[in-house]
Amino acid sequence: MGFTGLIFLSSGLFLGWSLGANDAANIFGTAVSTRMVKFKTAAIVCSIFIALGAVISGVGAAYTLGSLGAVNAIAGSFVTAFAAAFTVYSMIKCGLPVSVSQAVVGAIIGWNWFTDSVTDVQSVVKIASTWVACPLLAGTFSAVIYLVLNRLLRSAKIHLLRRDFCTRIAMIVTGAFGAYSLGANNMANVVGVFVPVAPFVDFNFAGLHISAVQQLFFVGSVATAVGVFTYSNRVMGTVGKGLMPLSPFAAWVVVVAQSMVLFLFASEGLEYFLASHNLPTVPLVPVSSTQAVVGAVIGIGLCKGAAKTIKWSVVGRIVCGWVITPVIAATICFFALFFMQNVFYQRVYTPKTYFISERVYNRMVADGLPANQIGVLKGERYKSGVEFMSAVRARVGKMSGETEQKLLNTAELLKIYIDPEKFENLDPQMFSEEQISQIKQLSGLTFSYRWELQDALIKISSEWAYRPATVINKRYNKALAVQLSQIESVFTVRKKAKKLNLLYED
Amino acid sequence: MNLSKGFSMFYGSRALENKIDEFLDRISEAGLIYKKAIHVFLEHGVTEDFVTHAEQIGHIESRADELRREVEAGLYEQNLIPDLRADVLSLVEDLDAILNAYDASGYRFTIEQPVFPATLHPDILAIVDSVTNSVEQITIASRTFFRDFNSCRDYIHKVRFYESEADRISTKIKRAIYSSDLPLANKMHLCSFVEMIDNLADMAEDITDKLAIYVIKRDN
Repeated sequence: MGFTGLIFLSSGLFLGWSLGANDAANIFGTAVSTRMVKFKTAAIVCSIFIALGAVISGVGAAYTLGSLGAVNAIAGSFVTAFAAAFTVYSMIKCGLPVSVSQAVVGAIIGWNWFTDSVTDVQSVVKIASTWVACPLLAGTFSAVIYLVLNRLLRSAKIHLLRRDFCTRIAMIVTGAFGAYSLGANNMANVVGVFVPVAPFVDFNFAGLHISAVQQLFFVGSVATAVGVFTYSNRVMGTVGKGLMPLSPFAAWVVVVAQSMVLFLFASEGLEYFLASHNLPTVPLVPVSSTQAVVGAVIGIGLCKGAAKTIKWSVVGRIVCGWVITPVIAATICFFALFFMQNVFYQRVYTPKTYFISERVYNRMVADGLPANQIGVLKGERYKSGVEFMSAVRARVGKMSGETEQKLLNTAELLKIYIDPEKFENLDPQMFSEEQISQIKQLSGLTFSYRWELQDALIKISSEWAYRPATVINKRYNKALAVQLSQIESVFTVRKKAKKLNLLYED
Repeated sequence: MNLSKGFSMFYGSRALENKIDEFLDRISEAGLIYKKAIHVFLEHGVTEDFVTHAEQIGHIESRADELRREVEAGLYEQNLIPDLRADVLSLVEDLDAILNAYDASGYRFTIEQPVFPATLHPDILAIVDSVTNSVEQITIASRTFFRDFNSCRDYIHKVRFYESEADRISTKIKRAIYSSDLPLANKMHLCSFVEMIDNLADMAEDITDKLAIYVIKRDN
């Protein structure tokens, strides 16, 4: 895979670069713009902690492959990552902070559009709701934190210089934490999908085992660091002083408010912790650091009664940037996929087939899906999700996004062969020895649907069944889904294309 | 920023805090000595005591100059309070100008030795009182600007009160001088001294005007 792998990886690195150029501004933009932290210091701290976050805590998330994991061919992932990165780059050129993950989701929608795959409506709703909910939450948080801390500080009567020193240290510490979590949470989004093609091998250094994934994540962090050093300064200007002039204290409050909103409303770990201690949980809402930081700045401006000092024209430009980012990413991705497929003859997706067999029908009945209305589709074969869903919709009418996803998952035809030679491909860090031995009991069996594989595993151990969808079970179910998807990807039999015109045949 | 740089920054800012406090102490001290010096001058003329006081003010002024330079350099070298640095530097320089004026005033008394009629002595002492009070209040106002800027406004108000008091007394003295039988040259000479003393309060008031703006800026 060597050289080709590097070419494919280059687009992931480009996305990593754009992550650094864009998201570093969310973390250190206000600190640098208020001249409390030098750009060089901010860039160094940011780069180091992004790398630490990615290598230490980010590798575990690699198996989820982030959002790009939905793209089922490496050339498709290359194009999707490129489209997202190019969109972010264009926005940074205009000095506009955008959400990298929304650009990725936009590019995936472009991939869905090109490959006739069904786009989960929830992901679109999620993006749109982030534009509104996230700035509102961050604005409220920043206003409250500013008012409370400002009052406390006034009564504490700390010397201006000491306060300046403390604010500076707080900014660097908060920024370092922000950079660490950026590396831990986002590196999987930008390079995780390229794990299979990365030209790295595990090695030991000074008694430490450095895995190939860690090396890949480190390379991704280097790309992010290059982005921080080369281009983040421009967006920092917009975030830090483009919207309104901020005092150093207010600049720190912005970063704290942003981190708190991300921690409280996006942390599944916190939700699990609260639920497991019988405490009320905070409802999780889709949040983005970019939208949060802009909301936090506006929140402080409004609470100080300085609405006139907010440059609303800049706010308008930023919001327009948010809205057009997924649209541009989707469009670029669509045309780039066309180009990749027809000029470079690369397989940009693995076709999916949907087939309602008797077993699928029975399963739908058991799962409470509208099987009666779609019973007439029994025996029909559909070569894309869109084709299948339009046939279903014609009979059932409008359905919820969740029902649609369930139908797609149940009817997707696969060829899963539990090949005894492939057991070594199962990651021992992801599965316990007991689980691997349970999977080995299925040796030599073939499954046509993913739920059949799961059912077979459940017969061996009930641990393979999803638990009731409660907050406390969310983490377990998510980990199980990742494990099942890993088993599926290891044992799925893919046809090798011999001729170009056979590439997309089932 | 590495750890040692962090520590040096911490100690650097602590040292600067102390230097700013010492600088303000010096201004306050200079005011007290100036008041004492004028008392001595009116009672005994240019005696050894008076010259000692004038020299004391000179030493204070030299030390304050050193402190000013160190504070200015420290603020820039350690990149402290970037948003308010220009304001703080301007404040320190303006306060230093008051010290220079005290110093220059002391030496002028030594050199020119003006002779005030005894009837004017209470008023001269009153104006010196108002002037040194206004300078004292601007010193306190400056100190609170660094720690509790909300209280700054109270002291700014007092500076303005003492300044108008000084203006009132200055006008009263000048009227008395010009209505006296002294030769015109003497009248002009004495009036220039009254103006010089009154100018100290004017300088303090000018600083309060700027300080009021700095407070608004800090508030935001």
